[in-house]
Amino acid sequence: MADKKVTLEIKRQASPDDPAVWETFELDWRPGMNVITAIMDIAANPVTADGHPTTPVTYDCNCLEEICGSCAMRINGKARMACSALLDNLDQPIRLEPLSKFPLVRDLQVDRSVLFENLKAVKAWIPIDGTYDLGSGPRVFPQQQEVNYPLSNCISCTCCMEVCPQFNIDTGFVGAATIAQVKLFNNHPTGSVLKEERLRALAGDGGIQECGFAQNCVEVCPKQIPLTSAISDVSRDVILQKAKDFLRS
Amino acid sequence: MATPRIIVVGGGLAGLAAVIKIAEAGGTVDLFSIVPVKRSHSVCAQGGINAAKNLKGEGDTTDKHFDDTIYGGDFLANQPPVKAMCEAAPAIIDLLDRMGVPFNRTPEGLLDFRRFGGTLYNRTAFAGATTGQQLLYALDEQVRRYESEGKVKKYEGWEFLSAVLDSKGAARGITALDLRAMELRSFPADAIIIATGGAGAIFGKSTNSVICTGSAQSALFQQGAYYANGEFIQVHPTCIPGEDKLRLMSESARGEGGRVWVPRTPGDPRPVKQIPASERFYFLEEWYPKYGNLVPRDVATRAIHKVVYQLGLGLDGQPMVYLDLTHIDRATLNRKLEGILEIYEKFVGVDPRDEPMKIFPGVHYTMGGLWVDVNQMTNIPGLFAAGECEYQYHGANRLGANSLLSCIFGGFVSGPNALRYAKGLEGPEGDGGHAAELARQAEINSKLLNNVGTENPFKLWRELGQTMTEHVTVIRFNKGLKEADEKVIELIERYKNVNLSDRSQWANTSFAFARQLKNMLELSRVIAQGALLRDESRGAHYKPDFPNRNDEKFLKTTKASFTGAVAGPRFEYEEVDTQFIKPRPRNYDAAK
Repeated sequence: MADKKVTLEIKRQASPDDPAVWETFELDWRPGMNVITAIMDIAANPVTADGHPTTPVTYDCNCLEEICGSCAMRINGKARMACSALLDNLDQPIRLEPLSKFPLVRDLQVDRSVLFENLKAVKAWIPIDGTYDLGSGPRVFPQQQEVNYPLSNCISCTCCMEVCPQFNIDTGFVGAATIAQVKLFNNHPTGSVLKEERLRALAGDGGIQECGFAQNCVEVCPKQIPLTSAISDVSRDVILQKAKDFLRS
Repeated sequence: MATPRIIVVGGGLAGLAAVIKIAEAGGTVDLFSIVPVKRSHSVCAQGGINAAKNLKGEGDTTDKHFDDTIYGGDFLANQPPVKAMCEAAPAIIDLLDRMGVPFNRTPEGLLDFRRFGGTLYNRTAFAGATTGQQLLYALDEQVRRYESEGKVKKYEGWEFLSAVLDSKGAARGITALDLRAMELRSFPADAIIIATGGAGAIFGKSTNSVICTGSAQSALFQQGAYYANGEFIQVHPTCIPGEDKLRLMSESARGEGGRVWVPRTPGDPRPVKQIPASERFYFLEEWYPKYGNLVPRDVATRAIHKVVYQLGLGLDGQPMVYLDLTHIDRATLNRKLEGILEIYEKFVGVDPRDEPMKIFPGVHYTMGGLWVDVNQMTNIPGLFAAGECEYQYHGANRLGANSLLSCIFGGFVSGPNALRYAKGLEGPEGDGGHAAELARQAEINSKLLNNVGTENPFKLWRELGQTMTEHVTVIRFNKGLKEADEKVIELIERYKNVNLSDRSQWANTSFAFARQLKNMLELSRVIAQGALLRDESRGAHYKPDFPNRNDEKFLKTTKASFTGAVAGPRFEYEEVDTQFIKPRPRNYDAAK
């Protein structure tokens, strides 16, 4: 067992302006290794399989327990979190690539700030009066909490956007994660005060009608968030809102 | 005068709480964070947040919460701020509830509470087993609201390097590094709040996130800030051992009835479920009948160590024990603990609803930190600290579910105090020290980038983690502590010979890591030497050669200051304010 090896092929790109190249690495296998461990091993000994010195791999990671949402990348072609990708469950050579739908920074690191901008656009917050002591919040029954909690588990990894055929520069589609957050905040008794504004934000170009119901999002979500049902619910509300706004005008 | 400008460094719970208070009061904030703030380490907190709301008819009070916290911390914490925190807790829960945190509910629609370690009351509000994530998101959303109103400007992907100090030694801004363009800049501010979390990375593998290096605290320590109680490091009893990190298995697993045990016969060959109750050693329940599996973390961690290393009862001879939830029905487990059970399932490949989990202690929380006064200000005027990076709420051992509370409370205290300080501040002499500090940082950067050597920074870090984990965690001997300090001196020497495998000026992670490593090394000495000097046992600090607490000599806050000398930091000791609760022996065999 001592000399068992794992082979990784990693797509490297020094900067957005540099050409992409593939590098192969051969590492000593240990039980329980995940993709992060492999990238850390490379940092401690940055040499390719054919003996060429190289640089440690630039990538995003933080918590390593699939809750911070940082380490999304394409592993053997599939968008997923690198921390929960155990090497023993992957076919070798293991191919690592950056997410393809976001501006590349370097190697496996991309810029996903578009999601945080989208959350701003749909006012994904509860408009509280202030932080001083105003007593307890509205009563929420467990049945309702059990609907909201899964939506609130979204880790902003953007895997759902990566795999969505409609998410690209041409459509400007906001993507499933943002739509699910609209459902979450519209569901909240205080949050619902901004419901109409949120629905209108999803009514135009890049809004919810861009969704083609490919359902890739729900399959890839590492948190099993019911994204497609959120999209249907919000879609219905957007149509109703459009009708209301039309009658009012 | 113009609106005061405050810098907050760190976008976890403490930092965001401070930002919200400042923005609400009309101030403007520049918020710096290595990662997008929504990815801060606070997301990892699992089990819940304490507040004596007394919604279970148990007669819980904020005074009892205060007493549990002081007693749990083995009387090392100054009592006034802890009392204030416990009294503020119920209103903080209400606020979080109003912000939309999806806390678990009772059938009547009220907040549900569960038990946690070191208390006999159901005092812990929770959102499944991902409470930290839910709390962080709620504050993140409020900050995003202020950001869209132009009151907050985020600098995500920037790493704090140092404070800018004026000719009188007051903080006038910071220097920071853009981790993409590798651009060094200084930013002016009237007051600065540091909220940069714990320092688990010093121990190599821990439950902490990758960014929890303590680098910012250490940089400030080296600029003259006191670092207090550095030797107090919490080792959490229940973690999943891993190759890249130790994953936390929340105390809430025991709060919901989880039981810790090993087979009475070493290497019992039977399948785990066929071992009858009489042949299972539920050692926490036997040794601590009143608190059972919910003794504080330092007590549980030492018990597991004893079972594994002294009694030789680790599972299959390995350093592991069972944490068993299999007697609880699946629906309850899914409703209350799903987040952590999924972690176990994903990373170990076994369903903990069917099979007991295999766990072992791991470095988890930094009780010590930057010294602050009751206003959360360090000894550097204008420099405040809040959250895990400061020292004042947990004494010698933190109780479970008090960290989220202390982060939010500390943020809420520091924000308005920083604003008040800034409003009374007069302009600096000259440029406030900006040009000089920028030049100092530029020189460090250029030296590091052009250094010709043979040492790989990641390998040096692994050596640091090994020696710190071996000598400066659960069981401490003076001989080992000296060895650890000598090893750190060796590593600091070898660091001079560091070689970056990457000399580029774009998203160079080796460069950023090498700078953090230097700071980790300096802070390690504060921890190891602080432990060496404290010849007693108190909370998480345990020396078999000095097994008792010694209030006469050591009921004191350790304060370390940087000297730059090879001998290491200078240590002095400060009286602990025990004005409300008289110190008494800490004993979890019985009710208090």
